[in-house]
Amino acid sequence: MTYLAKPKLHHPRLSTNALGFTRRDYEGAVSTLCAGCGHDSISGAIIQACFELSLPPHRVAKLSGIGCSSKTPTYFLGASHGFNSVHGRMPSVLTGASLANRELVYLGVSGDGDSASIGLGQFAHCLRRGVNMVYIVENNGVYGLTKGQFSATADKGSRSKKGVGNQDSPIDLIGMAILLGATFVARSFSGDKAQLVPLIKAAIEHRGAALIDCISPCVAFNNHPDSTKSYDYVRAHNEAVNFLDVIERREEITLEQEPGTVELVRQHDGSYLKLRKLAPDYDPTDKIAAMTYLKEREAAGEIVTGLLYLDPRSEDLHDRLGTVRAPLNALGEKELCPGSAALETINASLR
Amino acid sequence: MPGAVSTRADAAPGERPAVGEARSVGMPPTDIRDPDYFHRVVDCQWACPAHTPVPEYIRLIAAGRYTDAYMVNWRSNVFPGILGRTCDRPCEPACRRGRVEAEPVAICRLKRVAADYKDDIRRFLPKAPAASNGKRVALVGAGPASLTVARDLAPLGYEIVIFDGEAKGGGMIRTEIPRFRLPEEVIDEEVGYITGLGHVETRYGQRVDSLKRLLAQGFDAVFVGSGAPRGRDLDVPGRQEAAANIHIGLDWLANVSFGHVNRIGRRVIVLGGGNTAMDCCRTARRLGGEEVTVVVRSGFHEMKASPWEKEDAMHEGIPILDYLVPKEVRHEGGRLTGVVFEKVAARYDERGRRQLVPTGEPDLFLPCDDVLVAIGQENAFPFIERDIGLAFEPSGLPKVDPVTMQSTLPQVFFGGDAAFGPKNIIWAVAHGHEAAISIDRFCRGEDVSERPPPRTTLLSQKMGIHEWSYDNEISLDLRHKVPLRDPAVALKDVRAEVELGFTPELAYAETQRCLNCDVQTVFTRDLCIECDACVDICPTDCITFTGNGPEESLRPRLRAPAMNLAQPLYVSDTLKTGRVMVKDEDVCLHCGLCAERCPTGAWDMQKFLLEMAHAYGTKPCQCA
Ligand SMILES: Cc1cc2nc3c(=O)[nH]c(=O)nc-3n(C[C@H](O)[C@H](O)[C@H](O)COP(=O)(O)OP(=O)(O)OC[C@H]3O[C@@H](n4cnc5c(N)ncnc54)[C@H](O)[C@@H]3O)c2cc1C
Ligand SMILES: Cc1ncc(C[n+]2csc(CCOP(=O)(O)OP(=O)(O)O)c2C)c(N)n1
Ligand code: SF4
Ligand code: SF4
Ligand code: SF4
Ligand SMILES: [Mg+2]
Repeated sequence: MTYLAKPKLHHPRLSTNALGFTRRDYEGAVSTLCAGCGHDSISGAIIQACFELSLPPHRVAKLSGIGCSSKTPTYFLGASHGFNSVHGRMPSVLTGASLANRELVYLGVSGDGDSASIGLGQFAHCLRRGVNMVYIVENNGVYGLTKGQFSATADKGSRSKKGVGNQDSPIDLIGMAILLGATFVARSFSGDKAQLVPLIKAAIEHRGAALIDCISPCVAFNNHPDSTKSYDYVRAHNEAVNFLDVIERREEITLEQEPGTVELVRQHDGSYLKLRKLAPDYDPTDKIAAMTYLKEREAAGEIVTGLLYLDPRSEDLHDRLGTVRAPLNALGEKELCPGSAALETINASLR
Repeated sequence: MPGAVSTRADAAPGERPAVGEARSVGMPPTDIRDPDYFHRVVDCQWACPAHTPVPEYIRLIAAGRYTDAYMVNWRSNVFPGILGRTCDRPCEPACRRGRVEAEPVAICRLKRVAADYKDDIRRFLPKAPAASNGKRVALVGAGPASLTVARDLAPLGYEIVIFDGEAKGGGMIRTEIPRFRLPEEVIDEEVGYITGLGHVETRYGQRVDSLKRLLAQGFDAVFVGSGAPRGRDLDVPGRQEAAANIHIGLDWLANVSFGHVNRIGRRVIVLGGGNTAMDCCRTARRLGGEEVTVVVRSGFHEMKASPWEKEDAMHEGIPILDYLVPKEVRHEGGRLTGVVFEKVAARYDERGRRQLVPTGEPDLFLPCDDVLVAIGQENAFPFIERDIGLAFEPSGLPKVDPVTMQSTLPQVFFGGDAAFGPKNIIWAVAHGHEAAISIDRFCRGEDVSERPPPRTTLLSQKMGIHEWSYDNEISLDLRHKVPLRDPAVALKDVRAEVELGFTPELAYAETQRCLNCDVQTVFTRDLCIECDACVDICPTDCITFTGNGPEESLRPRLRAPAMNLAQPLYVSDTLKTGRVMVKDEDVCLHCGLCAERCPTGAWDMQKFLLEMAHAYGTKPCQCA
């Protein structure tokens, strides 16, 4: 952490986005996390992604649970809505908020403890319901805030800073998310913004439940040589399967260069994702093949990163429930109290 | 936004270097042991001809240590009180603050603060040893160049003899610069510090008529600091006939200073656009000139006068008319009636050179009672015989080595306006320091071309986890204005100083605008774990981790493209991922946040203090 607020002065030629904002306008309060925490880099990537997408800050809601990771919404998008909920309960608060106001962009920010331990049930249900959100797990393999106990994502055999070995099987958030029906599933690394920023942008653009499992080294408790979530370990074992460009143009586009290495995926809402393939045979839209590939590489000790699964025909909770198109706070008395005749009709239909 | 740069998250994967390949094609790691590297980062100090450690004295002012701040200045620039009011301030256009915000730090006026609020400094001055070293040095002229030579040599035991035709020392500082900008007491005080050092003999009122005869008096070395004393005259019809009311600005200002002139006509035209013209018009306003007009040949923006001098003149109700070339002086019965001007416009030829061509519009006649001619200043060396082995350039200036200040006659050295034509006080001081080093080496029989290196120290400012021994908080204040005397009073008295100087409170607020550019960001490659924390926190996007490459390829692909080529890139050796750390020094706020955020201490904030070598030997800044 730093004691000073980040000075307001910025680079004189800092670019502005379509709204006239600079990247600095998407920052929040200065971080109080440990210097070098991966979580701060993820905040930086979220800031960059929202800036590049020209999101109006007041149309974004950040929700989180408890943990160092869950503290980070204070450190980005200072002009957006925020809700710091109870440990592991971010998904239900987010689901409720999304039902009430479907027009906001929802960022759920959580940790591996918050999501894979106390909040595992909530994690599962919001994904299978297809809540329209970006769910980011800032995964450091420990409970950072409570001083570094192993979390449920710590790899079997990895050692704590004090040398204690972890005996339990790790929870594979990616595998679970794919199985549970999330429609956008990615893994990335806090130390690789070139990969992370486009993934966050694509996840925001995606309609449906998008999960990003972002490995984020805890410099204080999980960055030692026997850790599998340290900067060095992740860099040495990172196998990116693809690299993503988000194309916001909605009209039909054709692809000329590099056939076979670049793939365009058209999403439900007409937007395109351009995938530069690094593993030529990896098809992120083929669920079974993707699962097999991930398990194979995992067994080989690799940490596979990139856009791992995408259902281009995704739909969200609102589509399924057929809810009203307007946010609830925009409904007037006429819509909310349609009168006794309308009540009669409803009652009659239930008899 | 056109011309805007995009700040990118990182290099795309395709731009990542193949490990191993990077070193051979990219920039070599920056050698921070070269004193020039960090010196350049301290923009103000680098731009100051005498290389005054500016941020050092600004911090001392902030701490209320005015005397120490004065002494830091005195060692470098010799005339803090004078320069704090009059310096041409090449440091200010260079100041980093001006690149991250609207205006630079008021460096010059803070110098005056040190002079205004200091205690008696005499006990800190060097003293000449009781016995002289037996070497005698003659100085021609008692301007700032010669006085600097005297200051640097007297403490070494040299016997100094200063000749000047005028009755007092100071050169043009005393004779030309008007009292409403620089009170005489300040000149007396700072000239007095030098003449009182010991072994300094002043022969005021004694003009040197022959360098040959001076050399024959057995001096071991002679320094010529005689200035550029001749004002250029106007050559148009009517000039001679109306001579009684046409004055050469340089002579007229000197006459005002000496009290020989204390009136001027009601309507005055000042010809010329340099600083002398600005002093002429403002002086005229105070001596009865009610309608004073400055007229320049070329455009307002091309004028030689500093922007603040133009502002000061206009603030006193003096219009500046441009693109008017004097054509004829009108007179009636031997009395001046006005000046006729031809209207011109700027045209650029194929080679991009500016030419002034008549627009064809009717001429402009401006009636007036007096004309002050301030259209240029020239050198003159009537006292130097051309047959004594001292070579001159075709321009009429002596042949002088720009580093050693030595002429072709080995025992004769030049400095100030006499060396390379009219400049300013701070250049005269810088020349004086170099000449003193040369004279000392020459008198010891050493090679003058060998120059002593500057003294530098580099020291970590870390006091605790987030504590630094400098104030790293960045003030958002805009430049503070120096309070001025009420114009109604100021315009009545040519000796009433216009600027009142910063109060201690204003001075403190202004010091906080300084970015402490001498507190350097120092990077240790082996400690960096490439966590990006410094990249994320840096408010001005200075830091990038990327694949190495030649400078031209590196500059545009940094987080914020480094398009200010005058500012260096700080490049690390190759990191574990094969990338390098590249820091663009251009708009770094020296806020230390990178070092506060770095988990491993790979960034540290270290104060770089550089003091130029001076002949009498720098005593280290007591405040370091
Ligand atoms: C109107 C005016 C305003 C200026 N304002 C500023 C300003 O605000 N800031 C700034 O930085 N600069 C200013 N300058 C420029 C500055 O005054 C000079 O650059 C500076 O004084 C040069 O110093 P110097 O030591 O070379 O010689 P000078 O200051 O010119 O002194 C030379 C001295 O040598 C003496 N001398 C000459 N020949 C002989 C001889 N043969 N024998 C004995 N003595 C001799 C002269 O009498 C004179 O005293 C101004 C100049 C003018 C004309
Ligand atoms: C109901 C409840 N149980 C336990 C805690 C104690 N607690 C606080 S943070 C935390 C773990 C957070 O771990 P993680 O989500 O991985 O966040 P990190 O700090 O690692 O980013 C725990 C168990 C709590 N705050 N509330
Ligand atoms: S304890 Fe770990 S997770 Fe928490 S702020 Fe520090 S480095 Fe980050
Ligand atoms: S000191 Fe560090 S954080 Fe501050 S502006 Fe300079 S490089 Fe950036
Ligand atoms: S904060 Fe320190 S360790 Fe992290 S990238 Fe910057 S210099 Fe390297
Ligand atoms: Mg955790």
